[in-house]
Amino acid sequence: MALNREYIGRKFVSERSYQVGREKIREFASAIGDFNPAYHDVEAARALGHGDLIAPPTFAFIPAFRAMTAMMGDPELGLDLFRVVHGEESFSYERPIQAGDDLEVHSEVEDIRASGHNEFVTLRQDLVTVVGELVATTRAVIVSRGTALQEG
Amino acid sequence: MSETPSQSATPRLADVAVGDRLPSASYPIQRLNLVMYAGASGDFNWIHWNERVAKAVGLPNVIAHGMLTMAEAARLVTDWVVDPGRLIEYGVRFTKPVVVPDDDQGAMVEVTGVVAAKRDDGCVEVDLTATSGGVDVLGRARAVVRLAD
Repeated sequence: MALNREYIGRKFVSERSYQVGREKIREFASAIGDFNPAYHDVEAARALGHGDLIAPPTFAFIPAFRAMTAMMGDPELGLDLFRVVHGEESFSYERPIQAGDDLEVHSEVEDIRASGHNEFVTLRQDLVTVVGELVATTRAVIVSRGTALQEG
Repeated sequence: MSETPSQSATPRLADVAVGDRLPSASYPIQRLNLVMYAGASGDFNWIHWNERVAKAVGLPNVIAHGMLTMAEAARLVTDWVVDPGRLIEYGVRFTKPVVVPDDDQGAMVEVTGVVAAKRDDGCVEVDLTATSGGVDVLGRARAVVRLAD
């Protein structure tokens, strides 16, 4: 069952903003085993010129993933979650995410294409503060295994 | 643990050349790390903690979250530049899973990095490799950092 191509170009905004807290940054950094002082010690982060604790680069995936999960569960897209694999991920940062940020996720399905047996969904997500500052952009490629319609 | 020597200052652009190697590092991943990462990230996919489910979908065992491997590879770069805020772009492909057995060793992810380009805007591109059990687990892994003037 191929994915719904009418989803290409569709845009979503997260229902609730994501409030970035110091303890969540510390918890995430500890979970990845990273004790860089900028993630744990407010004074150390400030000494580097940041306003508060900053988050590890891949922290951006937490709010992005939350928004992505809501989209992937939409029956209209036709995605079977048991066939889903994370194919690619990339981030570009205007500045690091930091404690106190209140982030909305603006998502857009950029592309859905087939290659071989698989389909590939490219999702772009902008993390934007509630006052409209773009902080980071993420791009994910989600692989739907075995759902491409076979040619011939 | 990481073999990266602790570094106190961000490298200067003028002191870095294409082909320079970053200090490589090895990051252990045990089941405990997967449980911690699941809770911290909100990704509770069963294949990252339940052996029965992982094997039922054709995996050899429980596998690490790709985003955890991506986080470890980023660390090689953020440790090098000291201030993680100097990382401005970062992307990977997930090529093979990191299989994490339920034993005292778990898996080891070995990360290397090399300066691939110095850009006109003063930023440096770093190409990364990440292997586990001799297999490349990330592809086209590249970070862009802003070094000190």
